[in-house]
Amino acid sequence: MELAFLVTLLAAGIRSGTAILFATIGEIFAERSGVLNLGIEGMMLMGAVSAYGVAFATGNPWLGLGVAMAVGGLMALLHGMVTISLRADQVVSGLALTFLGSGLSAVLGAPLVEVRNAPRLPVFPIPVLADLPILGPIFFNHNVIVYLGLVMAPLAWWYIHRTRPGMELRAIGEYPAAADVLGINVNRQRYAYVVFGGVMAGLGGAALSLAITPLWIEDMTAGQGWIAVGLVIFASWDPLRAALGSYLFGAIRRLPLDSQNLPFFLAYPQLGYFMNMLPYLFVILLMLISARSEMRRRIGAPAALGQPYVREERGV
Amino acid sequence: MLGKPCSLTPLLPQCTVGFDLAIPTLLLTQIMTTSSYAVEMRGITKRFPGVLANDRIDFQVRKGEIHALLGENGAGKSTLMNILSGLYRPDEGEIAIHGQVVEFHSPRDAIRHGVGMVHQHFMLTPSQSVAENVFLGAREIGFVLNPQRMAAEVRRIAEQYRLPVDPNAKIWQLSVGEQQRVEIIKILYRGAEILILDEPTAVLTPQEAENLFVTLRSMAADNKTIIFISHKLEEVLSIADRITVLRSGRVAATLSAQSVTKTELANLMVGRQVLFQLEKPPVQRGEVRLRLDRVCALDDKLLPALREVSLTVHSGEIVGVAGVAGNGQRELAEVICGLRPLTSGTIEVAGERMAHLTARRMIDVGVAYVPEDRNTTGSAPNLSVAENLILKSYRKTEMGAGPFLDLAAVERTATSLVKTFNILTPSIKTPVRKLSGGNLQKVILAREISGQPQVLIAASPTRGLDIGATESVRSLLLQERSQGAAILLISEDLDEIFAISDRIVVLYEGRIMGEFETADAELTEVGLLMAGGRAPSASPGT
Amino acid sequence: MASQTTTLPQQRRMGVRIERRLEQPLWLRIATPFILIAAALLIGALLLGLVGANPWVVYNKMASIAFGSAHGWSDTTIKATPLILAGLGVSIAFRMRLWNIGAEGQLFIGAWVATGFALFWLPRDTPQALLLTVMAVGGFIGGALWAFVPGVLKARLNINEIITSLMLTYVAILWNNYWVYGPWSDRGFGLTPQFPRNAWLPRFTDYSSDFPFLRGITAHAGIFLALAVAVLLWFVWKRTKWGYEVKVIGDNPRAGQYAGMRLARKIIIVMLLSGGLAGLAGMAEVSGVVHRLQERFSPGYGFTAIIVAWLAKLNPLAIVPVAYLFGGLLVGSDAIQPAGIAKMLQGVVLFVVVGGELLLQYRIKVGRSASS
Repeated sequence: MELAFLVTLLAAGIRSGTAILFATIGEIFAERSGVLNLGIEGMMLMGAVSAYGVAFATGNPWLGLGVAMAVGGLMALLHGMVTISLRADQVVSGLALTFLGSGLSAVLGAPLVEVRNAPRLPVFPIPVLADLPILGPIFFNHNVIVYLGLVMAPLAWWYIHRTRPGMELRAIGEYPAAADVLGINVNRQRYAYVVFGGVMAGLGGAALSLAITPLWIEDMTAGQGWIAVGLVIFASWDPLRAALGSYLFGAIRRLPLDSQNLPFFLAYPQLGYFMNMLPYLFVILLMLISARSEMRRRIGAPAALGQPYVREERGV
Repeated sequence: MLGKPCSLTPLLPQCTVGFDLAIPTLLLTQIMTTSSYAVEMRGITKRFPGVLANDRIDFQVRKGEIHALLGENGAGKSTLMNILSGLYRPDEGEIAIHGQVVEFHSPRDAIRHGVGMVHQHFMLTPSQSVAENVFLGAREIGFVLNPQRMAAEVRRIAEQYRLPVDPNAKIWQLSVGEQQRVEIIKILYRGAEILILDEPTAVLTPQEAENLFVTLRSMAADNKTIIFISHKLEEVLSIADRITVLRSGRVAATLSAQSVTKTELANLMVGRQVLFQLEKPPVQRGEVRLRLDRVCALDDKLLPALREVSLTVHSGEIVGVAGVAGNGQRELAEVICGLRPLTSGTIEVAGERMAHLTARRMIDVGVAYVPEDRNTTGSAPNLSVAENLILKSYRKTEMGAGPFLDLAAVERTATSLVKTFNILTPSIKTPVRKLSGGNLQKVILAREISGQPQVLIAASPTRGLDIGATESVRSLLLQERSQGAAILLISEDLDEIFAISDRIVVLYEGRIMGEFETADAELTEVGLLMAGGRAPSASPGT
Repeated sequence: MASQTTTLPQQRRMGVRIERRLEQPLWLRIATPFILIAAALLIGALLLGLVGANPWVVYNKMASIAFGSAHGWSDTTIKATPLILAGLGVSIAFRMRLWNIGAEGQLFIGAWVATGFALFWLPRDTPQALLLTVMAVGGFIGGALWAFVPGVLKARLNINEIITSLMLTYVAILWNNYWVYGPWSDRGFGLTPQFPRNAWLPRFTDYSSDFPFLRGITAHAGIFLALAVAVLLWFVWKRTKWGYEVKVIGDNPRAGQYAGMRLARKIIIVMLLSGGLAGLAGMAEVSGVVHRLQERFSPGYGFTAIIVAWLAKLNPLAIVPVAYLFGGLLVGSDAIQPAGIAKMLQGVVLFVVVGGELLLQYRIKVGRSASS
């Protein structure tokens, strides 16, 4: 009984944490390049609504996925223009992006709220592996997009730490001038990674509306975009830790849903409100943990995070 | 060779006081022309908003020579070299490398033509390894990194040019001297034939600097061309074959190092006679104002930064703290000012032992602090001159009763300080970020000195200032000394320490290595202690 | 001679040259807000057109509903009141570059505490003046405590206050839901019973027996409170040492520390005040308008307050007209379908202002520019 519950919870956690994982990985790249994008929530919502709308209109969820990624990328491009080229405050621009995204998605999504049967991304149990006891249901019996997340995290880690562009990415977020003198176009790369971050946030939104939830409801992300920002800090800008955080978050988010049929909770239905607070409190807890470990391991944010890069400024 | 017969013409109007000596030597070198210039810059002009940094500069460097570019801070040396290295683009003028006219759009273009620059602030990413820094931006290494091959290549260059460094070490683990070697390896790897070094000795001990000179000479012998930016006359004379002096964005002269004296160079550089000795009355030591007893403290990474530091400063004397950057100077200043906690030891101010050290308490007992970073610690850049001038005194009742701020009193105070300290500013409402470095430093000094401090901590108070501003800052410090303040001067500039302190202590890795009366101190001995060494051959930091 | 095009590298190929103006000409400084508002309306119109609405009709309708009549102004005042209070709260924190974006949650907690006093924790016959005072102080303290958590985490452990204040907003909303559906619920609906009359803030319409023209003007006394706080805050920034300290720390925290200012303490106090004002906004809303606590009683005042504060450049007196503008936007868009339009326009306005203001600081020159 308890084991079954745990397996269900973990499987659901991996499924449910996938959307936030994409968003978190995207934000890791943007922040590693030196640009903080607080607009994830808005980009995820726009991704979710456009994916759902396109899937419903065309009958093709894959097309929806593609459009969601493009929409996320375009919104991030806007953020890039305002913060990289115009050098506006990254915090405020990101906030504006979130407002824009949540408002626009509500407007666009109003007719979609009634729609319940848009096509979804398929579930694909991996042959043989899916039948393994315990591991099978947790890892190998999922929606296709969940596998994408499972692959994406190590791939992102490998890219950052083991490839030449990854090396350049680390440099432009830490000391852009040093990269610039060696012929790396700092602002062009920043644009690329910010847009990539947006594409991933759009993908995350699409994962919600096409696979995880799968529906369109106004403000359906319920703060997941913000949680992604928190997870980036917890993850110390490392995609593997981001995966850990995302799946943990997913499990905690699922806890009230999966446990509501346990006899204990049937007796106290009001507990649901408090169970629903857990994911948010969990993020604060993660921030506490990372504040401590940050001091211990002396790992901080990319040094140039939040600062626009300008070459032709008067030196000393 | 050039269109103009000789670049003397624009120079003549500047020939003012004490200049007559230089002209004959000038003529001599200008007439000699050689065919093999590695670098020719012609008519280079560069404007920044509100500043003409380079004004029609002509500059030639011969192949295989060590050519010094000499000038005060703000003379336009770094700008000119940033243009040559492709970082800035000139508004006017052209550049020829080995006789071929080129146009650099980026540092990558410059390095493709064999021009590489070692910047004053090292362009290294601290969290990455030496090899990663060397190969940053190098596309030829392929998509996937191969750490072994990268390390081997770094090792090869390091051995060829005798620049020992561990390729796998992270930059933050290296000493400043080693970081400089990484910078040199970086541009050598890219095939640099022309190396530009921007104030390379500013961060080195005299011994490290000597090592660098040996390396540079052997590279020059290897037919590499070296441009050496400096404002230090002695080292320019000892290392350079030829010297170009810049003054206010123009070429003052180009001369051979053999045929010029220090005084002539100084006059060319400043355009007037320079006082090398400030008037310094004999020391009148009073009671002990500041006493540190076995003080220990940690740095930002929570590693030990000060180890049992004990020192005293008397009223009426200046104690100089000599040392290479990063040996605990910042922590020392911050500990005394209550900005950094002690882990053990005690501090006494005017005989009173300070029980709990907070910044506010130390200000109240009369410890003033001129921090080394004027912009990031010493001032609030977007606030006005007036608001910055009251930063230490706003709590006093003169500035308003209780919780209120008396704007009229603020204005009065600010106006009078601006006048007394001769601060050049459009108005007291101007944000201090618009002031020049020298004027900002005067704002800070005015504020700190006007509180009539018991103890004054001055950290690199003249860094980045031109000679005029340097002189006025130093004479202000001497004036405070005559008023009986106890002054702790923390500086990486040994000349400064020798010029105005009465006693010298040497700080190395957070330890006091020795203490001298300035009159008895030997430059070489102090330099040796700064490197942590006792034996003369000890190579520092490795 | 090589041709000279001094460009930033990424603009090189287009031959576009962007340079920063050293000084903005006076006309530009005066024109800036108008240009920006026009640009925001234009972009908003484009978006409205894209989603199939007629922008002209929408704008017209919104403007006439919000500002076209005394009742319109009354409704706009009702919306502007919490926006001013919460906006002032947010601006206090932003002045010190503390990004308290959890005003919405602080507002909910303030409303919750005020409700507790109005309905449950004090005797029914408590005199109105006393009851309202207790509700206001309680609301303030509630909001302040909710902001205290991010404040203390920031001050002691340097934990990002953006995330924590926002996470606590979600917690606050769930907390509110628990009470309005659970212990305080009126027959299981998502709301509490109505407050007794002595827990209502006085409204203009309450005096209509003496002044008939006030009939139906439901704006409440909260607006005077909001205006008073705005003036008080203006004075604090201009004329007190505390205001000076916040200004210094906001510009350069290290300089503040160096000047002996107690940073951690200041962070906590600033967050307390910031959250307190948001809590006060919540109290004013439940006591002046809704007269009960209910699910989603705030249409995102705490978030809109962020935009208000930023657009007003954190100037307390400028917050008042800006809050009225956004109050009007909320009132106007209430009558417009679909419901997200107000939020969307807020995003557009903020974006245009953030980017546009900087854009106007540049001169753009197209084509190859020779050295002139």
